[in-house]
Amino acid sequence: MTESLATIGTRPLPEETHSCWSCGSMRAAHFCESCGKVQPPQPVDYFAFFGLPPKLNLDVATLEKDFYELSRRLHPDLNARGGSRVQEWSLEQSSMLNDAYRTLRDPIKRTEYLLHLEGMELEEQSKSATEQARATGEVKKQIVPPDLLEEVFELNMQLEELRTQKKMGEDDPALIEEIGKQKLALEEKHEALLDELKAGWKAWDALIDRGSAANAVERAQITGQMVDVLNRRNYIRNLVRDVNEALES
Amino acid sequence: MSSDHIVGIDLGTTNSLVAFMQGETPVVIPGEDGSNLVPSVVALDAGNQPVIGNAARNLLIETPERAVYSIKRLMGRGVEDIQEELKLFPFRVAEDLQPGEVLRIRLGDKTFTPPEISALILRQLKRNAERYFGEAVTKAVITVPAYFNDAQRQATKDAGRIAGLEVLRLVNEPTAASLAYGLDKKQNGIVAVYDLGGGTFDISILKLHDGIFEVIATNGDTHLGGDDIDNLLITIALDDIRGDLGIDLRRNAEAVQAIRKAVIDAKIALSAQPSVKLDFELPGGKRYQREITREQFEQLIQPIIDRTVGPCKQALKDANLKPEQIDEVVLVGGSTRIPKVRALVKEMFRREPHTDLNPDEVVALGAAVQAVILGGGSQATQNMLLLDVTPLSLGIEVAGGVTDKIILRNSTIPASATQFYTTQIDGQANVAIHVLQGERELAKDCRSLARFDLKGIPPMAAGIPRVEVKFLIDANGILNVSAREQRSGKQADIQVQPSYGLTDEQVEGMILDSFDNAEEDFRRRQVIEARNEAATILAALDKGKKSVAWAELTSDEKKQIARMEKVLVAAKDEDDYQAIRQAIDALNQGTMRLAELMMDTAVSSALKGKKMDETDLGEGPTPPHPMAPPEFQ
Ligand SMILES: Nc1ncnc2c1ncn2[C@@H]1O[C@H](COP(=O)(O)OP(=O)(O)O)[C@@H](O)[C@H]1O
Ligand SMILES: [Mg+2]
Repeated sequence: MTESLATIGTRPLPEETHSCWSCGSMRAAHFCESCGKVQPPQPVDYFAFFGLPPKLNLDVATLEKDFYELSRRLHPDLNARGGSRVQEWSLEQSSMLNDAYRTLRDPIKRTEYLLHLEGMELEEQSKSATEQARATGEVKKQIVPPDLLEEVFELNMQLEELRTQKKMGEDDPALIEEIGKQKLALEEKHEALLDELKAGWKAWDALIDRGSAANAVERAQITGQMVDVLNRRNYIRNLVRDVNEALES
Repeated sequence: MSSDHIVGIDLGTTNSLVAFMQGETPVVIPGEDGSNLVPSVVALDAGNQPVIGNAARNLLIETPERAVYSIKRLMGRGVEDIQEELKLFPFRVAEDLQPGEVLRIRLGDKTFTPPEISALILRQLKRNAERYFGEAVTKAVITVPAYFNDAQRQATKDAGRIAGLEVLRLVNEPTAASLAYGLDKKQNGIVAVYDLGGGTFDISILKLHDGIFEVIATNGDTHLGGDDIDNLLITIALDDIRGDLGIDLRRNAEAVQAIRKAVIDAKIALSAQPSVKLDFELPGGKRYQREITREQFEQLIQPIIDRTVGPCKQALKDANLKPEQIDEVVLVGGSTRIPKVRALVKEMFRREPHTDLNPDEVVALGAAVQAVILGGGSQATQNMLLLDVTPLSLGIEVAGGVTDKIILRNSTIPASATQFYTTQIDGQANVAIHVLQGERELAKDCRSLARFDLKGIPPMAAGIPRVEVKFLIDANGILNVSAREQRSGKQADIQVQPSYGLTDEQVEGMILDSFDNAEEDFRRRQVIEARNEAATILAALDKGKKSVAWAELTSDEKKQIARMEKVLVAAKDEDDYQAIRQAIDALNQGTMRLAELMMDTAVSSALKGKKMDETDLGEGPTPPHPMAPPEFQ
């Protein structure tokens, strides 16, 4: 019924120039360079909002600096004396600024967002999706990564046993230790997948740098790989979460 | 006369304050009785007129069924949420409450919603500020606990409107405190604000960076504070009394209030001394006496103050910080005066907390700073900007009664999320949306904020319409929703049914001092107050005439005083504030020697009190008329 991520609109940044609604001079994207007034929001994606190319390696320190600078222009507190129009634009602009910053500063969220812009769908690994599937009896769009099938089967059996034991008030240190070991192995895999993802970022950024954005095949190949890595990574993360829950309960 | 004063208000569970920036320094505006704190107590006097603050606190003990305190606990809550509260607090819920209706509380034989009661407190603060400025005040920044949800925030905003205040911004209390702290310090670093007041607990972790106050994480408990300690001590005393004397005072509201006062005094004393004697009279003349040592007290309250640990740990975790990474811990709220609380904070954050600021006032002072920022800034607030977060995740109910979180807690506000909806059957015109707030997975465990109906979707086959719904949390932490059907471009009609809270029309009907009349109301009140003052000074003069000092005045002096008296008596009955004011001042001036003589002869302290007030005038932040006239008995 719902789509999980917000789309902000079309990409890339509209190149047309605008003039300030208030003083008429040429303006920057979000506020007027000349009189400082907030401008009506434009439908751009999060990268374009910060004037960035849609690349996955980005300097978070610079992003933070830009975020603070733009906050000083766009935040409703600093536009409280403007008319109702200015206040409305400032509210929209600064919510977009905050949404964009929150998404881009986190490398995983940034990747997921880019994949979403590219029209790729991730599997539903969120906790609520799991709960929802459980509650409605629907099958969740979630596939066990083939290379993990055996391990996962084994681990689930052990977790089941642990839960039964806990219910009976029993305690099997050997089983807990075994599960702990598997958890560690999973966490290592989780880390290793981050390296794979980083390779994806590099390939994607190179593609953007080459300006060969039109090469749809290459594009789909790189994003497809990243989707795969993220799906596996999310799967493992959820597994670790289940293990923790079983150990703590 | 329209210098636009924006005041900062701390609307507390226990105490409320109003402050403003005088030049480059925030200062608290005292009330009529000269005290900075206005107890958040509302009572009806014998004539059914509302009484607020210290005066109401006295009525709370004399006529408890006509008074209410800690109303903040009920803001934005439904009757089913407050069952625990009702066991511990003497709230009298209206008997005729209909299902789904906003809570109403009985005072005497009248009933009021929590926002109306809060509005009475706000109106008192507004008047205190108006007396101070000699001008109408219509704009305010009001603080709320950081962990307040949407309904509680909305209720606070409603209270402001009912009080005739335009609420320019709701600011989170710990964040406000950090503004006051940062104004002083002008330092970069990570600051944790630990705020334990009467009814609420908040922890906020902020990054201070060249004037930007960026909240990284916040957590708390909107039902935890000094009230809980008081209730514990009251329960113990009541149990003792029932056990030893066989009398159950639980239903005796006066006795309970007397006990409450006694235990609060004892609790406060224990913050400064190693032991205290709890001592109060029981109905029937017997006294209850008990020695409490600080050690016993600390043991007793440990479980209560331990409840602050969980939220602190969660906030640190959410901020992705270790305790050692916190540069400074700022203490806010009266309950942080308890040594054991300070010890707990020290242990948790591994550093001595910062206690230079007055924990009672710092939130109001910070609100005054924010008021200036909103008003365009000043030298002192230059470069200052607050970036706050939403304390709770926002979600919508999806199939299976599950919450789908669309804006996560600790997201910087304003924040937004867009969702797309479609229809399930051909020609379907409405889609229902249930908005929730909270961290739990199931909708039934989260706080229901509102139910929306998207209406008037153009008839299309099932699954074809694409309704874009935008959820936006504004800088007050309050949710706004808008919707658009994308295929037809039609603005979808949204009907908001807040799960708790007043409708716009209801608020409109409750407004105490209508906006448009604020100036006029103020004039009228000014005249009334001046008349009261005139009456007081005339009564004092009558007294003076009967004193031996009168005989020592020359006949010229007496004649002059008589002339002035006549002028004042005449002016008093007119509506001209200036004329009354001048006549009062003249008479004050003219009776100066009389007052001196009376003081010398020590006949009466009546006019003496007046004189002392006058010498006070020059002190503090230069108000034209800081305090009400003293009583001349
Ligand atoms: N010296 C003290 N020792 C212990 N508790 C105190 C002391 N002073 C005030 N309190 C308690 O602090 C609470 C009020 O704090 P305050 O910050 O004014 O609360 P609020 O913000 O809820 O209005 C009350 O419970 C009061 O009893
Ligand atoms: Mg407080």
